[in-house]
Amino acid sequence: MTITEKILAAHAGLPRVEPGQIINVRVDVALGNDITAPIAIREFKQAGANRVFDRSRVVLVPDHFAPNKDILSAEQCKVLRDFAREQDLEHYFEIGEMGVEHALLPEQGIVGPGDVVIGADSHTCTYGALGAFSTGVGSTDLAAAMITGEAWFKVPESMKFVYTGKLGPWVEGKDLILATIGRIGVDGALYRAMEFTGPAIDALGMDDRFTMANMAIEAGGKSGIIAPDATTRAYVEGRVKRPPTYYESGPDARYREVIEIDCSRLRPQVAFPHLPSNTRSVDEAGTVAIDQVVIGSCTNGRIEDLRRAARVMRGQRVAPYVRCLVIPATQEIYRQALQEGLIEVFLDAKAAVSTPTCGPCLGGHMGILAKGERAVATTNRNFVGRMGHPESEVYLTNPAVAAASAVLGRIASPEEVAA
Amino acid sequence: MKLTGKAWKFGADVDTDAIIPARRLNTSDPAELAKYCMEDADPDFVRKMKAGDLIVAGKNFGCGSSREHAPIAIKAAGVSCVIAPSFARIFYRNAFNMGLPIFECAEAAADIREGDEVTVDAGTGVIRNATTGAEYRAAPIPPFMQELIADGGLMAHLAKKARAG
Repeated sequence: MTITEKILAAHAGLPRVEPGQIINVRVDVALGNDITAPIAIREFKQAGANRVFDRSRVVLVPDHFAPNKDILSAEQCKVLRDFAREQDLEHYFEIGEMGVEHALLPEQGIVGPGDVVIGADSHTCTYGALGAFSTGVGSTDLAAAMITGEAWFKVPESMKFVYTGKLGPWVEGKDLILATIGRIGVDGALYRAMEFTGPAIDALGMDDRFTMANMAIEAGGKSGIIAPDATTRAYVEGRVKRPPTYYESGPDARYREVIEIDCSRLRPQVAFPHLPSNTRSVDEAGTVAIDQVVIGSCTNGRIEDLRRAARVMRGQRVAPYVRCLVIPATQEIYRQALQEGLIEVFLDAKAAVSTPTCGPCLGGHMGILAKGERAVATTNRNFVGRMGHPESEVYLTNPAVAAASAVLGRIASPEEVAA
Repeated sequence: MKLTGKAWKFGADVDTDAIIPARRLNTSDPAELAKYCMEDADPDFVRKMKAGDLIVAGKNFGCGSSREHAPIAIKAAGVSCVIAPSFARIFYRNAFNMGLPIFECAEAAADIREGDEVTVDAGTGVIRNATTGAEYRAAPIPPFMQELIADGGLMAHLAKKARAG
């Protein structure tokens, strides 16, 4: 079996499972945010439920339109707060502790290797980087799991991606996943589990692995997964609260497809509007003047991302009439960036540094685009109207390219700014 | 159940931001969401369409976010069903969970033109284009999903299971 099949079989109480099989699985963690949880909580109440299945396994994070952007958003966040208080949830994160959910849960050790995690947020696939089966669902599925502690799944077929070669300068996990989506398309992994393997993955740190698993959904994938290794173990030890289970694909594992990607010549990627698959190398971007840069999100708001952005911005200044927003994904990342002097680099460069929020990534608040404006963002989607006006544009890149673009006021390669 | 109405065509990879943009997500009230259904794909859609009309779209309909607000907005706007060659998986799951009929049929999605009168037999998956006389068959719905629909969605299905002990 593949790693995905092994995890699902263990949680279904079955000796083995096959792709296509419908199974009911035990859920280790069920997650909701201020957009999706209010509907789930309504369904929970309508079903006549009184208690969640386990107060330590239902996690609520008000991160999308929080700190509350308007009165309606305040009401939605209040629904979470009231429910968390009523149910005495162990993991509810108030502003001040809150972080972008998919950076926060791994950091706090709430999710770990071998888990089955569902979240009413499409980027729940992020935790696959830890060797978990983790996938996004809707609010109704979340409501059902909050009551029963279970969810139904069709066992997905797996697709294996083998990354070889040594990464060049300024090439990161983001570029690997953008290049992958560019190659297979936004539905290239529809309904499937994407298994990321190979020497180039082995060499990646956890932050880059989270970025890759995070964007599996952008290829239509049900999940993305990386088998745990020494890097994973070092990350989870002393952090994950429940004892982790380490799985790997067996020699009998069957794959729908195996795709090899040579990374040795890969350059930083840019996904042009309006699909994450519309990728080209930064060298082929041409002259694209920009109005805003966003460095943050569940995709690229972690400490390694901020270090790379700061390396490019040190001693530089954001171009005139360009707004650069830096949003550390969690309070801990913010604090670490402060201690490492990264925040000072951003402030010196005239970038704005924000408290954690999903905010601009989905056009919520904190950086909405006007008609005709263009943004370079380290986020995950560049759909029409994603960051504001339907006639605005979003270009997806890694943090180093975003920082270089902020300095030059156009899409730029990091080499143009920093050594 | 027969679903009959006029077809409204959309392209491939219609994402959930196009179905209901995030700026409308500070509420989950179906009537409010319905006002903005498909807003960023066609700002006039809700004014042009009539209750019972169908959405016919290209591949990977509903890609992107997990927001259940997307199928809620479509259903609350009065759209009777969506026909596409394929659906993004979270949208597919959400549609069944909250009772929006959707049909996978590449031929029908390609042939049906905007304004055609279309009837879908939800039970058999037979799609009939009354304007051209053409007939198609949608991919069969997995038995487990049929059970969900018959029970009235996921929550009703669980309630039924709980009652059965």
